[in-house]
Amino acid sequence: MIRTLSAAALALGLLFAAPAARAAGEYDVPPPANLSFQGIFGTFDRPAAQRGLQVYRQVCANCHGLRLVAFRNLRALGLTEAQVAAIAAEYQIADGPNDEGQMFQRPGRASDRFPSPFPNERAARAANNGAYPPDLSVMTKARHYGANYIRALLTGYQDPPPGVEVAEGMHYNRYFPGRQIAMANVLFDDMMEFADGTRATAEQMASDVTTFLAWAAEPEMEQRRQMGVRVILFLLILGGLTYAVKRRVWADVKH
Amino acid sequence: MAIGLHDSPFKNPVIRWIDRRLPIFTMMQKEYGTFPTPRNFNYFWNFGALAMVNLAIMIATGIVLAMHYTPHVDHAFDSVERIMRDVNYGWLIRYMHMNGASMFFIVVYVHIWRGMYYGSYKEPRELLWILGVVIFILMMATAFMGYVLPWGQMSFWGATVITNLFSAIPFVGDSIVTWLWGGFSVDNPTLARFFSLHYLLPFVIVGVVFLHVAALHITGSNNPLGIEPKGPQDTLPFHPYYTIKDSVGLVVYAIVFAALVFFAPNFLGHPDNYIPANPLVTPAHIVPEWYFLAFYAILRAVPDKLGGVVLMFGAIAVLFVLPWLDRSPVRSMRFRPIAKWAFLLWTVNFVVLTYAGSQPAEGVWVTVARIATAYYFAYFLVILPLLARLERPLPLPESISSAVLRGGGPLPAGAAAKPMEKA
Ligand code: HEC
Ligand code: HEM
Repeated sequence: MIRTLSAAALALGLLFAAPAARAAGEYDVPPPANLSFQGIFGTFDRPAAQRGLQVYRQVCANCHGLRLVAFRNLRALGLTEAQVAAIAAEYQIADGPNDEGQMFQRPGRASDRFPSPFPNERAARAANNGAYPPDLSVMTKARHYGANYIRALLTGYQDPPPGVEVAEGMHYNRYFPGRQIAMANVLFDDMMEFADGTRATAEQMASDVTTFLAWAAEPEMEQRRQMGVRVILFLLILGGLTYAVKRRVWADVKH
Repeated sequence: MAIGLHDSPFKNPVIRWIDRRLPIFTMMQKEYGTFPTPRNFNYFWNFGALAMVNLAIMIATGIVLAMHYTPHVDHAFDSVERIMRDVNYGWLIRYMHMNGASMFFIVVYVHIWRGMYYGSYKEPRELLWILGVVIFILMMATAFMGYVLPWGQMSFWGATVITNLFSAIPFVGDSIVTWLWGGFSVDNPTLARFFSLHYLLPFVIVGVVFLHVAALHITGSNNPLGIEPKGPQDTLPFHPYYTIKDSVGLVVYAIVFAALVFFAPNFLGHPDNYIPANPLVTPAHIVPEWYFLAFYAILRAVPDKLGGVVLMFGAIAVLFVLPWLDRSPVRSMRFRPIAKWAFLLWTVNFVVLTYAGSQPAEGVWVTVARIATAYYFAYFLVILPLLARLERPLPLPESISSAVLRGGGPLPAGAAAKPMEKA
């Protein structure tokens, strides 16, 4: 309570006296990622999203959850029912209580959601030097520059420029606000193999996992845009007709 | 009026049976059918009808959202995302509600602007105007509480900052804040009561809108010339002339709305609200929704907290007394050569305030916000009262029809409306 109160006081302080607030957040503006789904009629490149799923599962899932995405949703990326079931079964899901009143672990089913790697935020921080790897379910909606930012961040690691002191346990990344991030570079050329033969360069993996995460955040995007095209075309026609009727009705009135 | 069945003009036996006992069809016919409406409306007169439609959309989508939403700090964020993912067309409902709020403010801001430009707040429409300001305030309260419901970072911190403003009230401020929160911080009781009120207030708005429209149908509409209709040659029956003209505006509105919902649903939102609320992590930069930014800029323009709060509320309250600050007998700015430019500058000034509100309160933006705040108030408190005495308005046209028809003309067939009683 005291903590929240002081946080509230802090917020007010920020409100009225805030000069330093922005200084903490210097960063480079991420370049456009030019991925398949960007642009107003874009769609998710299925093979890229599937590779991104692999990157997420093999790398990011060690630290980041994806708690809002259910395995069954993966069908939308072109996976078969059997593939989805196989992926789900690789995870252990807490369930229960059973007839004896005990909680138990069982293999995942298509209807389950991705289990998070840590039971709670404390555990996640304890395992990550005090930093919290956020859940990635809506990540592309939760940052300025969205997908461009995520892709740039994953490939934005470099040696700090001379004179810049990087704090203990931090890494220099020009796209992260403040340019020092607790997450290390995790993508390295050829660290995995893609079934479709695409070479797993760091760039490639970054783009693919970004595509996957963009889909995870906005699984409705393609349907939304398709419907939008139809709705707007309908409205344009309706608008033309309505305007024509209006002209007719008003034809004999000077106004 | 004698007691007994109403003398219904309707022929259809079912309609007639109802209408004789409860003359709602006669009323609709009078208020929306033959209602004499100035013939010279421009498209700015669409926005009242648009606001009404928008309110209906908010209520319809809101009720569906409320069926799936969970007002609890541990579940609110995820329940909104479940709506987006697991409810059939839930993403459509939620994005319509979210962008519907923005559309509502766009529409209402234009509607208010129209009233200010054409002097619709003046005698005899003062009460109509005041009811409009009441609606505006209720809308702001509703939208503010609605924005808290998804329980993202901006929900939480926005709620914290805004409720904390009340602590500036001397002596009782802190108690009031505790009372508003239902505890010692923005927490579960706050969320639950905001949900309850967010469900309630739109229906209060419906009630006030009803009064607003009732008052409108007593005074009749203003028009771009700002002069009262003098007879049937100045008016047209509402239907079909304005029903069809409003329909044109409605379709244009729907296209803008659809473009937002389907192609840029999060464009007007803040990405931080997709981060679940965390009382321990303060966002670098707390900003309200775009439609509050001008008032937020006024709040921050004052170095003193209480002063800022007073000015912010004053910025809205001054609208209540606008009819008595602007005593010029000429309504429409078309005929007010100086006030027109003062008001157009006020409009630009409002946009500047909105932009300043989106920037961190530091450096040049503080100065800009202060100057803009000063002009905001100066327009109402100094410029308008002075101009009422000093300005020489342009000559007003004889009547609406003489201006429109330039010397009169025949009445269109079928367009005959009853003369305004008061004209
Ligand atoms: C070893 C653990 C670890 C792995 C593996 C990992 N991350 Fe992170 N990630 C972190 C931590 C810790 C943070 C918090 C950084 C901070 O706040 O400074 C983080 C933060 C992030 C952020 C948020 C940055 C921001 O703007 O706040 C994104 C996005 C992200 N990671 C994406 C990924 C992706 C994609 C992968 C897989 C390619 C991945 N991470 C793999 C530990 C990890
Ligand atoms: C005057 C009309 C209304 C306005 C201006 C309004 C505004 C808002 C806003 C700004 C949000 C936050 C949207 C977001 O960022 O997610 C919201 C959420 C919500 N509103 Fe409303 N609302 C109105 C009417 C209603 C009504 C009548 C109901 C219920 C009957 C309702 C139920 C909800 C619910 C359940 C949410 C949470 C879900 C969500 O955040 O998407 N609203 N409202």
